[in-house]
Amino acid sequence: MNPQGMVTGALGAGQGVVFPTPGQMMRRRAYRHYGFIFGGVILVLILAMALLAPWIAPHDPYYQDLERRLMPPIWQSNSTWNHPLGTDNLGRDYLSRLIYGARISLLIGLSAMFLSGLFGSSLGLIAGYFGGRIDMMVTFLITVRLALPVILVALAVVALIGSSLKVVILVLGLLIWERFAVVMRSSTQQLRSMDYVSAAKATGCSTPRILLAEILPNLMNNLIVVATLEMARAVLLEAALSFLGMGVQPPLPSWGLMVSEGKEFMFFNPYLITIPGIAIFLLVLSVNLLGDGIRDITAPESST
Amino acid sequence: MVAYFLRRWLLSLLVAITVSFISFMLLRLSGDPAKALAGESASAADIEFVRVKYGLDRPILIQYLDWAGRAMRGDLGESQFFKQRVTDILGNRLGVTMTLGGCALIFAVWVGIPLGILASLRPNTWVDRFALTLSVLGQAIPTFWFGLVMIIFFGVMLRWLPISGSDTWRHYIMPTIALGYYATPAFMRLTRTGMLEVLASDYIRTARAKGLRAGKIIFKHGLRNAIIPVVSLAAVQFGFMLGGSVVIESVFALHGIGFLAWESIARWDLPVVQAVVLLLSLIYVLLTFAADMLNAFLDPRIRVK
Repeated sequence: MNPQGMVTGALGAGQGVVFPTPGQMMRRRAYRHYGFIFGGVILVLILAMALLAPWIAPHDPYYQDLERRLMPPIWQSNSTWNHPLGTDNLGRDYLSRLIYGARISLLIGLSAMFLSGLFGSSLGLIAGYFGGRIDMMVTFLITVRLALPVILVALAVVALIGSSLKVVILVLGLLIWERFAVVMRSSTQQLRSMDYVSAAKATGCSTPRILLAEILPNLMNNLIVVATLEMARAVLLEAALSFLGMGVQPPLPSWGLMVSEGKEFMFFNPYLITIPGIAIFLLVLSVNLLGDGIRDITAPESST
Repeated sequence: MVAYFLRRWLLSLLVAITVSFISFMLLRLSGDPAKALAGESASAADIEFVRVKYGLDRPILIQYLDWAGRAMRGDLGESQFFKQRVTDILGNRLGVTMTLGGCALIFAVWVGIPLGILASLRPNTWVDRFALTLSVLGQAIPTFWFGLVMIIFFGVMLRWLPISGSDTWRHYIMPTIALGYYATPAFMRLTRTGMLEVLASDYIRTARAKGLRAGKIIFKHGLRNAIIPVVSLAAVQFGFMLGGSVVIESVFALHGIGFLAWESIARWDLPVVQAVVLLLSLIYVLLTFAADMLNAFLDPRIRVK
């Protein structure tokens, strides 16, 4: 059984050989990509947690039971199964707050991602396609945006105009668009001289049609990868803003806010900060893994 | 080189002006500045008096030019909380932030580049995969939380390190790691891809064929060429670290400008906030300009383009 024999043998019986379609090959790459599977499973779990929160949360996340303050989680002594992850300093069930917190993180992460994606990729698309003066203007905007310290500007703006969920989403969405613009700009530049774009121009397609129907679909893979990165960044920024007291306001159960509220008690009750911190970590990790996975699966040639 | 220098310089100047205008406008977001200055119980006449006295009735562009002119002479107004010139306060605090940023950068470079070299020498082996896994995990940890966990572990449980303040060098160890680890993967990845590219080039094969020692090939022929983009990255990351110091300084109560900005936001001391935003943005503009120049100096191909 030498390898050569196997090859000819296979070719000999070759009438039945079926070559996989691109879609099948992509699915096969997806199943073998452990990071992608792992990230996907965690993200689906967190998503389910957020959607099903009213049904799976054992308690009302806002209900304060001051007689049951700072109850430890079940792996410590003096705990009860009634509060599997313990209670916080106001006697609220920690597991329920954690479950409802998934809603805040996902809502802010996804909305900020869509907002910045819309803004940033429009700018990048236009800059890359038209070039010249418009390109210079957009590049200038990107440079200015990069020069501004994100967290500090977000903190100041949220503080000045008053913080609410909407304000946090808007501020983050308008601050983190630059990676969309950078990536869309360079990939549009590569595509604009393609033959099919010239063909569309020759048949008299309008510019918006060329941009949206010819160029954009071919940039989708890149767009999705950047979108996952930006969503992860928005989740981390929201957590940091809420931790510093200028993001989501109490009594909403944001994970960043939970770390901030637990900080005062962390020396004697470290679970108050470890639990929400691990939740943020898992969400960001899963989104990043999913993004890396999509990049490897859709464009295997780009991974080294 | 001169044309390149002038073009970059002009661009940086324009960015600096735009950034300063944004910092100036930032304060206007809170509403009428005259009302804020006059206080809660001021009458309409008092507010009008304050408006005229501070020149707030003039067109916004004139007000900006006036503010920018004074800022260039080192006058950024007075802190309402400290009753002191803002530039004096910043001068006292900037050292701590610069030290922290510098240490964090050194940490990220000294961990990231060796890991990147190791990964590039053995691509797709366990070394490579270990380094990549580390970077994926590191990118997902919230910096403020990492800081708090270190405080609990090294500060409270093991009692190895002080948990807050900025008096001795030992106060800087945990903040340095908390601020620096986030940038480490960026250095690692850039070094890795740069090294992989360079190591596959013809002159490396020639050097190998000549029988040069592996160490000499890796460091003198390989790393020297692969490191050029890392210079730009270092400048950009240093700028981001100074911005990110807001979070880390607040966690460890380090008395730098980040902590100052956070406290000032909380107590509505807006001239200080404005000055810190302006200062951090200008430092970033200067850093990227310096990096561009250094890059052009190291790699002549950039200047010609």
